[in-house]
Amino acid sequence: MGAQIHGTLEFNAEKRKDIRFSEEALKEIEKIKSRYPQGKQKSALIPVLHIAQAENDGWLSPEVMDYVASLLNIQPIEVFEVASFYTMFNLKPVGKCVIEVCRTSSCWLLGAEDIIKYIEKKLGIKEGQTTPDGMFTLKTVECLGSCGTAPVMQVGASYHENLTFEKVDKILDKYRAEGRRRNYTDLDYENTK
Amino acid sequence: MGRKLLLAHENVPGIDRLDVYRAHGGYASVEKALKSMKPEDVVEEVKKSGLRGRGGAGFPTGLKWSFLAKPEGVPRYLVCNADESEPGTFKDRYLMEKIPHSLIEGMIVSSYALGSNTSYIYIRGEYFYVSRILEKAIQEAYEAGWLGKNILGTDYSLDLYVQVGAGAYICGEETALIESLEGKRGNPRIKPPFPAVAGLWGCPTVVNNVETIAAVAPIINMGGEEYAKIGIGKSTGTKLISASGHINKPGVYEIELGLPVEEFIYSDQYCGGIRNGKKLKAVVAGGSSVPILPADLILKTAKGEPRLMTYESLFDGGFQSGTMLGSGGFIVMDEDTSIVKNLWNFTRFYHHESCGQCSPCREGTGWMEKILHKFLEGTANLSDIDLLWDIQSKIEGKTICPLGDAAAWPVASAIRHFKQEFEEIAKSKKFKDVSHYERLHKPAMA
Ligand SMILES: Cc1cc2nc3c(=O)[nH]c(=O)nc-3n(C[C@H](O)[C@H](O)[C@H](O)COP(=O)(O)O)c2cc1C
Ligand code: SF4
Ligand code: FES
Repeated sequence: MGAQIHGTLEFNAEKRKDIRFSEEALKEIEKIKSRYPQGKQKSALIPVLHIAQAENDGWLSPEVMDYVASLLNIQPIEVFEVASFYTMFNLKPVGKCVIEVCRTSSCWLLGAEDIIKYIEKKLGIKEGQTTPDGMFTLKTVECLGSCGTAPVMQVGASYHENLTFEKVDKILDKYRAEGRRRNYTDLDYENTK
Repeated sequence: MGRKLLLAHENVPGIDRLDVYRAHGGYASVEKALKSMKPEDVVEEVKKSGLRGRGGAGFPTGLKWSFLAKPEGVPRYLVCNADESEPGTFKDRYLMEKIPHSLIEGMIVSSYALGSNTSYIYIRGEYFYVSRILEKAIQEAYEAGWLGKNILGTDYSLDLYVQVGAGAYICGEETALIESLEGKRGNPRIKPPFPAVAGLWGCPTVVNNVETIAAVAPIINMGGEEYAKIGIGKSTGTKLISASGHINKPGVYEIELGLPVEEFIYSDQYCGGIRNGKKLKAVVAGGSSVPILPADLILKTAKGEPRLMTYESLFDGGFQSGTMLGSGGFIVMDEDTSIVKNLWNFTRFYHHESCGQCSPCREGTGWMEKILHKFLEGTANLSDIDLLWDIQSKIEGKTICPLGDAAAWPVASAIRHFKQEFEEIAKSKKFKDVSHYERLHKPAMA
């Protein structure tokens, strides 16, 4: 087992022993590794971390990062370096649906600030927090490449565009009723334009 | 009517499928290039076309390709930049989502021209669902023999892969993109060496924008000289413009370079004018990084000539009175918009996205964000305007990558053209915000 990851969270060697991804995920990881020349398998790290996050309730724990390092034959610190750089990786537990509202200029021009306040009020949480039932985490993010259909939010793989308060109600109520986790890697994305 | 080369078939049902795409002339350029042209001929046609990089910098594509080093026995790579994170830009997403095969077709011809046998499309992580669309299209292309071993029975082979990122604007910068593709943090590299000599895994590499690569197919089909006839002067061909903000018809438009800006904003064929009958206040014409211009200067140059959508016309007057075409992210602001708050928004963005390697960029962006926030709180002084000016001037040109410049230019241009707005806040100690949502949904009350 690799060296301990230096992060804010404690590394738990006992927990680490129990980690194993699903067969499907491991197969996908092998496929990704085959895309690069011999000896360059580290290139698979970012795609693999997306899979790891989906396999681990939407976040990357020190134990999972250590496991990923072993899969790619690299040092755990190389995994942590990358995981901590990119905003789509969560280093803390998150709710089942992470709501990511764009806060950048074009969305701001069309009311994103008010959409964010509205969601905060509706869910009773502030940006960065998770609802007590573990259903929603609210994040604000930078331009999602959807400025022509602003304001916009992303939940897992799905884009929700041209947001209004009513539309936000509908979308969040639906997610709550379905109650399942949404990952970036989901195949059943739906984009509401 | 403007001529369409990239989006000609955007409204054909099923155009994302190979059979429909083929039925509308798709993959003809691959047949032409692989069967009747040498790789050098393809490069030559692209040179003749005058095509310039559509990712932002506008560097001539054919010239860039001719710099690619070709040492014996070393693989070369083509990497498509589908990171598209410049605020205001969403054209690449539209193209990939609607007509994914147009990018794949361009990738095959371009890879052939450059001698790449393994090419990658690096797409921002937020576009995960678009990566699925591309992967499905790539699968179709493999099955039909457009990708893989001995394409069309020639001795040219190509493997094409999609790689997702994970949320970092800086990974759009080509050397940061290469680092990210190697499984590292997106820290831009010091140049030289340029990617053309030592790029992906130290091998010669070309990085091109999605739209640039897609444009190669029509260029090969029609010939470089024909393509160069579209547009004006050194701004040849068509360009995808992402239009957003306070306009009646936001969206992605393919224009012939040379279209007057005024027509683009007010014609019903394009943006359809300003929403709610408001007046135009300012435009950011090429994505968040380019200088903002007030209404009079975006419509007409300082010499009083109509401003055109070309690299040259938008830059006319330099940064004193001009701007840049950039990525074509066209953000329109109406008379009620606070330039100061928009600038704070942009500056916060650059601070958030700075990779932190260079002190002027890392510290300067954060400092400017803090000062601009004082304006929003009504605690800024007149001297803060000079301080902002001073900081931005000390970032520009003093960093490893152009993100530093991209953070400085919006600040300089906002102060240059809208100084009185900063002064009013500094004098009155008041900042009045307008609720945008109310304005949007209850225009009668506004
Ligand atoms: C901070 C920064 C972000 C960039 N983002 C992008 C991007 O998202 N897409 C893109 O094509 N080019 C982007 N570029 C430009 C690339 O570095 C590079 O010039 C471009 O991909 C080259 O392709 P082209 O010649 O086809 O335009 C960015 C540059 C910088 C400095
Ligand atoms: S200019 Fe900014 S983003 Fe670019 S390398 Fe320096 S610190 Fe990083
Ligand atoms: S500014 Fe929100 S999607 Fe671009």
